[in-house]
Amino acid sequence: MNLTRHHGGAVILLTFAIALLLTIIPLSDGIRALRPDWVALTLIFWCLALPYRVSVASGFFAGLLLDVLTGTLLGQHALALSLIAYVCVRLHQRIRIYPIWQQALTVLLLLILHQLVTLWIDSIIGRPSRPPSYWLQSLISAALWPLVYRLMTALRINFSVQ
Amino acid sequence: MGLVLLSIGLMTVDHREHHLDSVRGGLSVLVYPLQWLVDLPGSTSEWFRESLSTRRELQEENASLRTQQLLLNTQLQKLESLEAENRRLRALLDSSFQVGKRPMLIAGLLSVDMDPYRHQIELNKGTLDHLFEGQPLLDSQGVMGQLIHVGPFTSTAMLITDPSHAIPVQVNRNGLRTIALGTGAIDRLELPHIPDNADIRIGDLLVTSGLGGRFPPGYPVAEVIDVEQDPGRAFSHVTARPRALLDRSREVLVVWPPVLEGPPLPPASPADETGNSDT
Repeated sequence: MNLTRHHGGAVILLTFAIALLLTIIPLSDGIRALRPDWVALTLIFWCLALPYRVSVASGFFAGLLLDVLTGTLLGQHALALSLIAYVCVRLHQRIRIYPIWQQALTVLLLLILHQLVTLWIDSIIGRPSRPPSYWLQSLISAALWPLVYRLMTALRINFSVQ
Repeated sequence: MGLVLLSIGLMTVDHREHHLDSVRGGLSVLVYPLQWLVDLPGSTSEWFRESLSTRRELQEENASLRTQQLLLNTQLQKLESLEAENRRLRALLDSSFQVGKRPMLIAGLLSVDMDPYRHQIELNKGTLDHLFEGQPLLDSQGVMGQLIHVGPFTSTAMLITDPSHAIPVQVNRNGLRTIALGTGAIDRLELPHIPDNADIRIGDLLVTSGLGGRFPPGYPVAEVIDVEQDPGRAFSHVTARPRALLDRSREVLVVWPPVLEGPPLPPASPADETGNSDT
């Protein structure tokens, strides 16, 4: 598989750009905290689909951009997303053959890992704790996984990203 | 795994030192197109509204602005004579009082969302407009916050209601000094460490005291809305509502330190009542 030429790097970049856009699009105050974790979902998809192209380094860089965009400590999301990417790449052969609902559960665990790391770092630097509704973000994102998966797979086949 | 160590290192350095400002600045240039794109619908609709408004609307707006300017100018005349008088009286008392013009710049807010658990806003001006870190931010009603990261084109500001923000204030009525802490709620500040017998009442205006040297003295910050005295506790529980329209302003004023001749600004005395504004 490594011998075939790489295709569609632009598509991968574009999906990350769209995920970052969706992360900063203004929402009303009530539902801001429920915004799905688009960047993590995109990263997980590409790590499962093309682990030899998108892996820890991509997660790190996407996380840095996310840090700058959301005004968090530089490296906070970078660390969390690198960890997610690492787990994903390690287990991609196993996760790939799961039925979709089981994949969604795995994604849920990964997203909770993301939020947990963020929370840990925040508490280390002395920021106040967050309300329980904080965890709803992971649930909503995981519930969206089947949709994201179908959409991205269609995209991937359409543009023959390899 | 090297990257994990790298990101931990990055976080430590970012939290404790300021060496990473250039890295963050560079990355902020990289993400500026994204922010610009997200901001685009809002700014274009604004532009459309302005360019499609009718002649009569414009005339009405013009007339109301004219009246407002007349009123403000009249007040300004009084202020100038008051300022001169204040300076004379202070000269009699031999107290040093610095008057200098504070340069200001109007910056627009980018309509992008940041971390929902931090009270931060993104401005469309940066180091190219000579903004610097720690610079205070005002709107027409009061103090809004301060800049925490400044990139070439954009900058991030922390609002006074962020849980990790504190601003030195004093009660305008009697000069009682204290510190107002952010609570994480957009319409509430907390004043801890006020003794039970302190003279503070509902409706008191809190203005910046200028201590700490970051915020200019005498600008309105908040209004006391609740004073709760519990006999079992040493301190009373005081809450205040920020005067600035923190979640509604589209434009903010960035303030520079006054252009002074002579030695740097000494700490303001508690009785300083520059910019006295009634509630």
